[in-house]
Amino acid sequence: MPSPPGLPYVDARAEAELAVWEHGRRVGLPLTVVRPTTVYGPGAPEFLVDAIRQLRDRRLYLVDRGTHIAGLTYVGNLVEAMILAGQAPEAAGQAYNINDDSSVTWAQYYGMLASMAELPPPTVSYSRTRALMMASLWAFVNFTRTGTAMRAVSLDHDTSRLMGIDVNRIITVVFLIGPGLGAVAGILVALYYGSFDFTMGMTFGLKAFIAAILGGIGNIPGAMLGGMILGIVESLGAGYISPQWKDVIAYVLLALTLIVRPTGLLGERVAEKL
Amino acid sequence: MMKTINGLLTPLRRIPTSAWLIALLIISILLPLPLDNYQRAVLWQTGIFAIVGLSLNIIVGYAGMFQLGHAAFYALGAYTVAILNLKFGIPVFLGMIAAVVVSGVVGFALTRPILHLRGDYLAIVTIAFGEIVRMLLVNNVGGITGGANGLFGIQLPSIFGFTFRSVLSHYYLVLFFVVVTVIAMRRLENSRLGRNWNYVREDEVAAEAMGVDVVRAKATAFLLGSGWAGLAGALYATRIGVISPDMSKFLESVIMFCIVVLGGTGSIPGIFVGTAGMIILPEVFRFVKDWRDGFVGLAMVLMMIFRPMGLWPSRRVAMEMGEDEDMPVLSQP
Repeated sequence: MPSPPGLPYVDARAEAELAVWEHGRRVGLPLTVVRPTTVYGPGAPEFLVDAIRQLRDRRLYLVDRGTHIAGLTYVGNLVEAMILAGQAPEAAGQAYNINDDSSVTWAQYYGMLASMAELPPPTVSYSRTRALMMASLWAFVNFTRTGTAMRAVSLDHDTSRLMGIDVNRIITVVFLIGPGLGAVAGILVALYYGSFDFTMGMTFGLKAFIAAILGGIGNIPGAMLGGMILGIVESLGAGYISPQWKDVIAYVLLALTLIVRPTGLLGERVAEKL
Repeated sequence: MMKTINGLLTPLRRIPTSAWLIALLIISILLPLPLDNYQRAVLWQTGIFAIVGLSLNIIVGYAGMFQLGHAAFYALGAYTVAILNLKFGIPVFLGMIAAVVVSGVVGFALTRPILHLRGDYLAIVTIAFGEIVRMLLVNNVGGITGGANGLFGIQLPSIFGFTFRSVLSHYYLVLFFVVVTVIAMRRLENSRLGRNWNYVREDEVAAEAMGVDVVRAKATAFLLGSGWAGLAGALYATRIGVISPDMSKFLESVIMFCIVVLGGTGSIPGIFVGTAGMIILPEVFRFVKDWRDGFVGLAMVLMMIFRPMGLWPSRRVAMEMGEDEDMPVLSQP
């Protein structure tokens, strides 16, 4: 399944390829573009070493239960294809998509990796929408100009202004994205419960705030972790102690966490707020 | 727009604050006389919330910390006086003293471990404390809080054989405490402690370097602020006679916070303007019925756009934050 445009990684690759074509045309250099899919092989960082490390830490999550085809390319095959393309005269000016002749899915691939490393296979799966939203937000905040400006503004308004950042515009953008994502969550909640009312946001707003602080403000994985911990602790507390004390348990958890770790669980960013 | 408003207000600001306060006191004494009982009750409530606002002003305005669970201590004061009165038959005036002590000590004990938190973290923990107190009251801890229904049948306050039965008499009782509070706050503002709070608010590190005990200053702010909120809650309970855990709702805390921010943080006259805005304005807007809260909200948004430092900013805060005396244009929240 091809990745949709709009993701920074995909766009950057497409732009890079166009730039290469443009340069080749200008200097009159014959070019062949080789587009490998997911490259793996001995010592490959992303799909082998990191994957095993994440499997070991139980931090590897599937998207859509891993049913999509991984599109693997063995590094040896890729090298052969590159040599072939470089030597064949008819390859000049062409672009080739390189892929192994296999239809292994991500679940199968990671399952095999796990059994080879004698680790349990990944079980947690995120829906495609959720994974895409989380990844896009993370990439946006970390890699785009606006995202960088956003992080600068959150650290220091005045210095950001000196650096030429339009602080008010950034704040506006933040208030555009935040409520937008909130609306998506609201739609999902309404679809799940099949009912909604105009005060439903209050509890969610407060709980979301607690989740974000629990994990560490300004830290997207932290906010997710905080949300999960909050949800689990609340449910367990309601079951084992009493439903009446559900909220109290959540608030006490928050207070205790902040007493011990004032910046939240993962909050390594120590920006002074307000 | 802002310049014109400031231009109009500048000559008013030259009048010393004490003159304003005396004028305000005379107006406060005479104002309820021609009014009906409903309007007197609104004024009475304004007085109660002025005390709450002034107490929250210690924490938010002077010491510059977020406190979004202030209603918890207000409710705690009310419950203290009610429980002492109903279960132990202690007269409400003695109960009020206990209410101040209980609210203050609880406020101090709860916030002492979290004083090192800043900004939004402190805000969320204080929200959590407010909700914890409310849930404790709802869940009828120890069988003495009356659960979700609350407590009722609290005696009216009486002293030297006089009972504060009518709205008017209770209004004057509240007014007395408002005057006491204002005098206390004026003294506090210029005391060593008050100046320490200002240093802490402006720059914690510099304050510490100058030998100000930051933690102690902050803890004292919470102790005094929470205790005084307890007094307001106790006063409320002694006229209404019925109290419920709703007194500690998050929305109540938000209203209290708005009173301080709306009027101008750290400014005593500002608190009164803010209280009038938050308590009287919703009553004035009653004729628009369901749209009432919307109008109040709109008024607040407009006010924050045109007067970002509050309706009546504290001169000291303005000097510290602004560029000139003619009120700053400060976009930083």
